[in-house]
Amino acid sequence: MIAVYLLLLLSAAGILFFGLMGHKEDIGKLNTRINAVSLVITIGLAITVFEQGTILSSGKAFLIDSFNVYLIVLTAFVGFTTSLFSAPYMAHEKEIGKLTDRRLKLYYSMYQGFMLAMYLVLTTNNMGIMWVSMEGATLATVLLVSLYRTPESIEAAWKYFILCGVGIAQALFGTILLYYAASQIGDSENALLWTVLHEHATQLNPDILEIAFVFLLIGYGTKIGLVPLHNWLPDAHSEGPTPMSAVLSGLLLNDALYAVVRNKMLVDGATQSHIAGYLMMGFGLTSFLVAALFLHRQKDIKRLFSYSSIEHMGLMTFAFGIGAPLATFAALLHMTVHSLVKSAIFVTVGYASQLAGTQKMSGIRGLIKTQPKVGWGLLIGTVAIAGFPPFGVFTSEFLVLLATMHNYPWLTPLLLLGIGIAFAGLFRHIQPMVFGEKPEGQSAIKANLIPVMVHLGLALWLGLAIPGFLSDWFSQATLLISGSSL
Amino acid sequence: MNIESQDLYTQAILSMSALVGLTSFLMLGQGRLLRLIFVFAVQGLLLTLTTSMAAFSLDNPHLYISAVLTFALKVVFIPWMLRKEVLTMNMQRDVEALKNNTAVMLGGASLMVFSYYVLQPIINTSSMIMLNAIAVSLSVVLLGLLLMISHRQAIAHVVGFMSIENGLFFAAIVATNGMPMVVELGVAFDVLVAAVLFGIFFLHIRTSIDSLDVDMMNKLHEVDR
Repeated sequence: MIAVYLLLLLSAAGILFFGLMGHKEDIGKLNTRINAVSLVITIGLAITVFEQGTILSSGKAFLIDSFNVYLIVLTAFVGFTTSLFSAPYMAHEKEIGKLTDRRLKLYYSMYQGFMLAMYLVLTTNNMGIMWVSMEGATLATVLLVSLYRTPESIEAAWKYFILCGVGIAQALFGTILLYYAASQIGDSENALLWTVLHEHATQLNPDILEIAFVFLLIGYGTKIGLVPLHNWLPDAHSEGPTPMSAVLSGLLLNDALYAVVRNKMLVDGATQSHIAGYLMMGFGLTSFLVAALFLHRQKDIKRLFSYSSIEHMGLMTFAFGIGAPLATFAALLHMTVHSLVKSAIFVTVGYASQLAGTQKMSGIRGLIKTQPKVGWGLLIGTVAIAGFPPFGVFTSEFLVLLATMHNYPWLTPLLLLGIGIAFAGLFRHIQPMVFGEKPEGQSAIKANLIPVMVHLGLALWLGLAIPGFLSDWFSQATLLISGSSL
Repeated sequence: MNIESQDLYTQAILSMSALVGLTSFLMLGQGRLLRLIFVFAVQGLLLTLTTSMAAFSLDNPHLYISAVLTFALKVVFIPWMLRKEVLTMNMQRDVEALKNNTAVMLGGASLMVFSYYVLQPIINTSSMIMLNAIAVSLSVVLLGLLLMISHRQAIAHVVGFMSIENGLFFAAIVATNGMPMVVELGVAFDVLVAAVLFGIFFLHIRTSIDSLDVDMMNKLHEVDR
């Protein structure tokens, strides 16, 4: 349990330290080191949970079980690899005069702030604190979206702030209703603790929990980027610095979904019906289809991949909504591979746009000829995210399809249609960017693609063979979430 | 339900709900920014009163802390910050022409009815009074949303945003006698940071579009044009 405190303290110290010293030379390396230490701590934590099972801290404030521990490791891992990429990237941005010392301080400080908020969302046992840290994640990243201070980025940040702020307020209303329902069965001091709620889930008033879940889904759903609450997502992803897009897509969306699933477990226990699942399926499928269509009409490369994130988050929400063990297993796997692949893509996209000097896809051409590593990285990443075998996304999407065929066969065509449309939408844009002649004057830049290769390599590994301990883990989490094993 | 047969605390809570709901409607139809901010401060004050009343009658000292926090944030700090912003931008004389004011007010009224309808199942678990209090909180949240939709000034959006927070806070106080202390402190911290961030944003927006009219922020589109 000390590991959790250490993890949180480390990030908190990072906020303060970078707030004062974030402009120094080589500070990016320190950021990487902090994230590396966090990663080591989380792996230690994971091993402990693997051996001893669920850990509840002495004050019941923190809970680590099989569901959140792997997300914690994933968060630390993506945080670490993105910081590897961010150090030279931000140094380059400062060199070309896009950033000042003060903004660099803000950037590094808030990078840690965001990591702290993410760790808190995942580790806390208190549904209220979960809400507070989710809002904290918005507050930490909102100034990073407008880091470049262009009119577009300020507009994007304002939209992000207002939409997510208002959205997440609905989740607070849901949490209050949850608390109201829980305080009726006594013990109001501990009534927001997830463990207590889960234990007494069957006693909670089903009517109130149904209402509460609608608010919780809308609230956290805004952060997941579910259609029609997704408007902020492409803007915030496209206008902020690229490392931010990578962590937003790879981590924030996952954690918001995590919050919804935690709440769904309570609501399912109380209502003994499938109402929460139906709501999630509806929202998820709509997001999946709408985002797939939107992919076709994008001009900005980061916006393109933001819509792809919405599409995948929709699919995961749908899969969790089905609720069957196989679907839950697939959704957990999909969360992992999507985070890995999508953050790798955003890293390559960052290099590609630095190379071409623009984010407009019409201006990015001939990547393979200019710098083969970046070009192939982008192409392979896109192949992976589009769901081609042998990458992990294929496996998880295939499992989702299987589960759908088993439980709701008439929805399968819709899913296949969405996957097809998304595939076409991605490749019509990616093809001319990676192949073709290179424009004059475009030359290779210094790029560190090791994080990308590691991410894609892991996604490939998960596609070929899921290692035993990981599948055990997913099965345990599946058992916890869906109530029955595979 | 006969209101006179209720105890004094319940009666007070009911009147407070009514007043808080009323301030939301007042804000909805207000085109002048300074008055809007004033009504917002009044709403904050009503909230402070409700919280202290709850603290007193339930003998719950931690609610006094919430009351002080609410007072400092919602009655003093945020209105002061917004007022300063209006004065610097020299907007105190501007009257925002609200489009479809009648429709907006009617919409607001129907949102209130809708809140009662949505929360009807709560009656089964508790009293009519609780329904009133929670339904008013929900309608304050929804009216805050409507306020943000119908106004164009960034300051009005912040007022709407914060009045949504007010609605939630009111729900937490009357329905559950306040959330656990640690959560409440966390929420207050978030509100404070949000308020400071809004202040920074006003500066950015002003330097970027030389106005606080959010309709002028229209560079980003869902699809290519």
